[in-house]
Parts: sequence; C-alpha cells; structure tokens
Amino acid sequence: MSGVHIAPPEQQPASFEFTPENLELAKKIIAKYPQGRQQSAVMPLLDLAQRQHDNWVPQAAIRYIAEMLGMPVIRVLEVASFYTMYNLAPVGKNFIQVCTTTPCWLRGSDKVVAACKKHLGIGPGETTPDGKFTVIEVECLGACVNAPMMQIGDDFYEDLDEESTGKILEALKRGETPKPGPQNGRLSSEPFGGPTTLTSFNPPASAGGSDD
Amino acid sequence: MPTLTIDGIEVTVEPGSTVLQACEAAGKEIPRFCYHERLSIAGNCRMCLVEQEKAPKPIASCAMPAADGMVIKTDTPMVKKAREGVMEFLLINHPLDCPICDQGGECDLQDQAMGYGRGTSRYDENKRAVKDKYMGPLIETVMTRCIHCTRCIRFAQEIAGVPELGAIGRGEDMQITTYLEQALTSELSGNVIDLCPVGALTSKPYAFTARAWELRKTESVDVMDAVGANIRIDVRGREVMRVLPRLNEEVNEEWLSDKSRFAYDGLKHRRLDRPYVRKDDKLQEASWGEAFAAIANALQGLNGSQIAAIAGDLACAESVMALKDLMGKLGSPNLDCRQDGAKIDPATRAGYLFNSGIAGIEEADAILLVGTNPRREAALINARIRKRYLRGNVKIGLIGEQVPLTYRVDYLGAGPSTLKDIAEGKHAFADVLKSAQRPMLIIGQGALTRADGAAILALARQVAENCGLVKDGWNGFNMLHTAASRVGALDLGFVPGEGGRDVAAIQAGAISGAVKFVYLLGADELDTSAFGSAFVVYQGSHGDAGAKRADVILPGAAYPEKDATWVNTEGRVQLGRRAAVPPGEAREDWAIIRALSDVLGQTLPYDNLGQLRRRMLEAAPHFAAVDKLTPAAWGSFGTPGSITDAPFKSPIDDFYLTNPIARASAVMAECSAIARGETTPKTGTHD
Repeated sequence: MSGVHIAPPEQQPASFEFTPENLELAKKIIAKYPQGRQQSAVMPLLDLAQRQHDNWVPQAAIRYIAEMLGMPVIRVLEVASFYTMYNLAPVGKNFIQVCTTTPCWLRGSDKVVAACKKHLGIGPGETTPDGKFTVIEVECLGACVNAPMMQIGDDFYEDLDEESTGKILEALKRGETPKPGPQNGRLSSEPFGGPTTLTSFNPPASAGGSDD
Repeated sequence: MPTLTIDGIEVTVEPGSTVLQACEAAGKEIPRFCYHERLSIAGNCRMCLVEQEKAPKPIASCAMPAADGMVIKTDTPMVKKAREGVMEFLLINHPLDCPICDQGGECDLQDQAMGYGRGTSRYDENKRAVKDKYMGPLIETVMTRCIHCTRCIRFAQEIAGVPELGAIGRGEDMQITTYLEQALTSELSGNVIDLCPVGALTSKPYAFTARAWELRKTESVDVMDAVGANIRIDVRGREVMRVLPRLNEEVNEEWLSDKSRFAYDGLKHRRLDRPYVRKDDKLQEASWGEAFAAIANALQGLNGSQIAAIAGDLACAESVMALKDLMGKLGSPNLDCRQDGAKIDPATRAGYLFNSGIAGIEEADAILLVGTNPRREAALINARIRKRYLRGNVKIGLIGEQVPLTYRVDYLGAGPSTLKDIAEGKHAFADVLKSAQRPMLIIGQGALTRADGAAILALARQVAENCGLVKDGWNGFNMLHTAASRVGALDLGFVPGEGGRDVAAIQAGAISGAVKFVYLLGADELDTSAFGSAFVVYQGSHGDAGAKRADVILPGAAYPEKDATWVNTEGRVQLGRRAAVPPGEAREDWAIIRALSDVLGQTLPYDNLGQLRRRMLEAAPHFAAVDKLTPAAWGSFGTPGSITDAPFKSPIDDFYLTNPIARASAVMAECSAIARGETTPKTGTHD
C-alpha cells in the first residue's frame, strides 16, 4: 500500500446520514464516553458508517461524523486515514484481506494470493470489473496459528491452500457463503490430526466448535 | 525551582521548564525541528537528544521536564552519535534538492545537517515522493521535503485557531494537508512558512525570485493595520522581495498577518511615479514645478476657511505634522485624520488608545468586545486574545456582529442598547467586569463610525468607570484602530481646530461651495465623489480612489520607501526605515509638503528630517519615547447623548483589501476572491 487512497470527487456521494437504527446506535456509542469526551466515539462511528455504506467511508460521512462529534473535519480524516481498516474508496462486495506477514508467508500465503489471481483475475489492491471482489494484502491479522489465512468481510478463513482458497472464491462467486474457520478439517487451532494432550478428556458436545 | 547541571554548569530554571530550556539557559545550543517555544510540545523529531546521567538511553530534551539534580551532557560522543542517527533517518526521505529549494540558505535542516550529517548516504532504496498539496495562494508546498515535525499543524490549531491542517495516513505514508486540499482560512496562515524548518512550506509569491543571501534587510514597521507589527523588509536592488516578521514580544511576538506579509506586490502596481495635473478634464503628466504652480494658482485668493485637508490611513506622522503646519500657515482649521468619520474624541489621549497594551491582553481576566471583529481588524490582537483564552479563566463578551472568532465568546447583543445596559449595571456582564481583577473593554471603529458614535464612546467610558476598568496600574479601556496613521495623527492634533470642519463637514462644504480646496494626504477610503467642485490635491503612492478624483496628483513614497514614524493603536511610537527607493519622481511625503510650502510662500521651518522630528517633539513630547508605551492620563471623553439601536458593523468587509497597497496587490485580490468564495481553488488533484 502506498499513500492514502481517497475516492475521487465523482465517486463521492453528496451527502451521508445514519439510518434511524444506526443513529440510535450512534447515540448509544457516544453516551458511553463521559461529558466532553464525545470525540472518543469517532472510531466506532466511522466503523458504523463504513458498515452502512457498502464497506467504505465517503467524505460526506467524515463531515457528518465531525459535525456530530463537534470535531474539526481534518481530525476525523486523520483517524480514518491512519487506520487501514477504514476504506476511503469503494471496495468490492466481497472484501478479501490476505495476510502476507511472515508466519502466513512461511506457510504459503503466496499461493493464496496466486489463487485469488487465478480465480478472480485480480492481484492485491485490485477490484474485479463487476465490483464483486476486492483483494488486498494486509499485515498480521492475529491468526498466525492457523496460517495462512484471509479475512473476507468479518470472517476469517484459515489453514488455506491453493485448492481451498479456490473453493471459497468459487462458492462466493456463486453467491454462497462458505463456512468460515479452518479449511483443512481441524478444530479451531487444535493440532492437525486431533489432540495430542488431554486425550482422555471429552468435552461436552455443547462446548465444541466443530460439528464433524 | 529545579537546579540542573548542564555540561558542568549549574542552572536554576522555572518550575515546569524542560531540559531543553535549561540547556538554553546554560548557553548550550540544542538542535531541534519539532520543538518551538510558542507551540505545544510534540517530541517527534528526536533531534534534541541529550545524555542524562543514570539514564540508559539519550532523552528528548524538549519533552523531558527539568527536575532537580539532573545531570545533563550535551556534547558527549554519545549525544553526537545519537543525533547523527536521527539526522540520517530524517535525510532518508528528504530529497536534498537544496539548490532548487527556496529555503536554501535559511533552512534548519540544511544548517543542522552541517553539524550532524554523515556526509554520504548509506541508503540505496527508493526515496519516498509525496504529491504537493494546495494550501491557498500564499503557501507553496513541496511535500516531499516534509520531515513531519507538525509545527504547521500545531500552529493552525493553537495560535491561528483554525484547525484545518492535519496529518493523514501513517508511517511512511503520512502526509500533511488541509482537509481535501482547501485553502487555509486563517489571516495568519503565512506564519507556517516561517515555522516550517525545511522547504516544504514556502512563500508562493516569493517562490524562485531570490536567494536569502542576496537580499538587503531593513528593520521597519508594518502599516497594513494599526497593530504596528515589527517587520523586516528584504530588498534586492530597488525591489521589495518579501516582508518577514521581526520579534517584538510586546506587539506581534513573532507572527505577522497575511496582509502585512504578502501585500508587498502592491508596491509594484498602480504606482504614482510622477506628478499629474488635470487639464481639459484629463489627468496629464506634469513636472513638479507645474504641479506646485497649479496648486498655488488654485489657492490664490482663498481664505483659510475655504481650505481643508484630510489625512488617510497610511500617512506617516512626519507628513501629518508637515501638512498640519502648512494648513496652519494657510490659516485653515479644517483638518481631519478620521476619514471614516469615527467620533473619536481627540482631547483625551487615553480615550483613543489601546491603553492596556497588546501584551496587557494576556493579563486580562474579562474582555468585552464592542463593535469590533478583531480577527479582521487586527489579526495579531485576535491571536493574543486567543492566547489568553487558551490559558483559561477568562470571560469574553461580544457586542456587535456575530462573527466566527477563534475563541469562544458570550454573545451579549448586536447594538448599543446592550452596552448601555452594561454601563448602567443592568446587565450580567457588568458584574463579570466588576468582579474581574483585570477587566478590559475593546471598542472597535465599527461602534464609532456612526451618527451616535460620540454617545457610544461616552457609554464605553461609563462602562470603564463604573466597572472598575481603570485603576491603579491598570487601564482596561482599549480602542482598536484600523488605520496605521490614526493615533499618530491624533497625537499631533490633526483634527479640526477652532471652528474647523471635520470630514463630513468638509465634504458638505465642498458640495455647497464653502470649501474650495481639499488636500488629501493618502485618503482613499472615503466617498471621493463627494467633493463637489472643490479643487482636490491628492498626495499618495497609489492610483486609487483619491487620485482618480484629484485635480493635482503629487506622487509620494509608500511605507518601505521612507524613514517615517507611525504610532500604533497602543500609542507606541515606532520608526519605519527606508528599505527601497520610491519609483520615478515620487518623493518622501514630508519633503513634498515642505517643497510645496516654499512655492506657496509659506516656507515650513524645517529643512531635514531631524528638524521636523524636533518639531514633532514640541507638538507631542511622547514621540521621544520610541518603541515604548507612554501611559495616558484618564479623563473625560465622548459626548453623552441619545443612541439608536442599529447593530454595530465592523468597518472591514474584506480583510485583504483595506488600503491602496493591498488593493493594488494581485496576491491580495486572489486571497479576497477565495475568501468570498468567488473562485473555486484548484485542488491539486485534478489539474
């Protein structure tokens, strides 16, 4: 990534407002902070705006939030541009963040990126012409134990290889929602092939995350 | 009071000082980029590293509070190595384009690289490049040079009070910009050019025109408003290349308003460079002799009451004195320096001064603004009020236009009735003033340039007296002037004499035929069409409104072209010094009047500037106290009377176009158009 990518004026909507439900939620978020410290709500509000607005924050929303919190507009833009999780330009419906930091890279993230290229025809930082997919490379998403991994929307897809990545992408193309989590059959971050310790311990069915 | 040992020297500093300040107190120079004594501490450039005994690492001295018993070393190999490391990192992404950089020769980075640079670079990767930003018509940006000290951001936020600059992105991608590259809306924006320690923000009008070492530097004073900011005029050959602020804690600190800094290109345009005489209803070039003869001819047979003179806003005290003496010799009592018609009472000096002084604002704990928009009328005084406001514990009330100032005010009302309520103690703000230790009232010209101005002035005096604004060692009655000439001319008595006419009466007389001759000394900001068929002489530097109406034009010198005295709104006498030469046939103003007096057979008794200044001392002894404030005795002023309830209005509609020099400036015209929203500035992203 280089520089701050802000959508050009022709892509910017003229105005932005929270939906009534989100406005309610925004008020609740602001109320969490003590009097005079409402500006602390800037990050959750930006997130709320991004969720409401096709996963990107338009400048109209930045001005809207600045006014809502009584902040200079540039201060809101500083926050929104500092954190890479806020998108300031339109992204595809499926926003794919492939982790390429060292652990994932050692475990084959290059192949995940290559699979994206193969199945979607786009490289990191690009969006498909139909606007369905955007792929970006990101730094560590904190799931190294299940490397390599990628995040699509809010879900982590872990323990990927070329084949499973392709399957997920093809399923997304068909409009399905593939199951998040490890893609190689293991349970969360347990050892591959089943537990090696506490083998006599049988967790109650309700506690497990797997339904294999 | 902590006592520290700096390189073996013991120093004691004020509590709350930083290690850097302690080092300076010990006479040690500490290199720095982000630290600036008038801005908050950022601590992000790391250039000011010093060694502290028992500390494992070098410390950033600008951000470290000085504590008792600290042992600091500033000249050890460890310190030098640490600073060299910082410098090497700073230079990684700095383009090193000093040969084509306007900052070259006066650049902090350049200077400090001489002390701490490695000489060669070990960096083989690609350097970062940053797209330049649009920040308005005054500030040129070369953002690749930026070292992210954030001084400009802190200035905009803290001093200017317009939080429009920010740093977007992070790490290597961090970029300084205004929101979506809009022009800065501050009247003080040019100061970020001085603050920028590298060549990232430079002056756009000055870009690529001169090198710092080619310029002849002259210390002078500014005349764009009545603050009397101290300036340095940089000249190459005959041309004024730029104007910079000069440090004066009492007046402008180290700031300068944009008009004072950038209007100098107006000195090159629309200049009057030779005398003109109107013949056949057309102004035609003439020699000095012809012009003087035309004046002598027009004065033939007129008695004193048919002659009048008006001094404009930029007139220096010398020319005002000379013109007053000439009018005296011609027997005319019709003099006025209040071309805007302000009902200032010239009898009591304390009644027309900013008595507390500009620095006095910092002591005030309650401020009442009456009919003034200090942001436009005196941007530097506005910055002082903001400085005071940021320290807290001050109440600021505003009667007048509800304008965006850079601090929070209690809006009390729009017109004189609110002032009356305060004067009579019926308003809650009267109690605020009464209970304050250092209460202050600032009355602007907007409250006085109206029919009931004298009554409003009397009300303001009543507020001052009833609410304890005037007490031992403190006079909180402050008048804010907008004209650089005004206080000096009032001090010298350039006001109607016995039975004399003021500006309105001069104009009425000119229309009725009672006044047949009017001498305009740089007076342009009045209705110049209202002089009837009177013979008008205009003496000034620019072909503005006054020259257009004139029958004879006498070309004078503009402020950088003469040795002259101005008295600022505080009553501070300051000397301007000649930095350039007037164009063509133009001459210093007092000399023109002296030469004219000779032709008229009324020779003035001074042949040089020294004799004229001695004459000024006779008229007003405080002119001897140059650069100092002479306290004025309190007295009675203003005329109690009926008031109307028309709202106050600031006399300045357009900050950028208040005088002939500014109106001739292309830069000011562009600023004005942007401020009025008439042109959409280019954003830099789509050109």
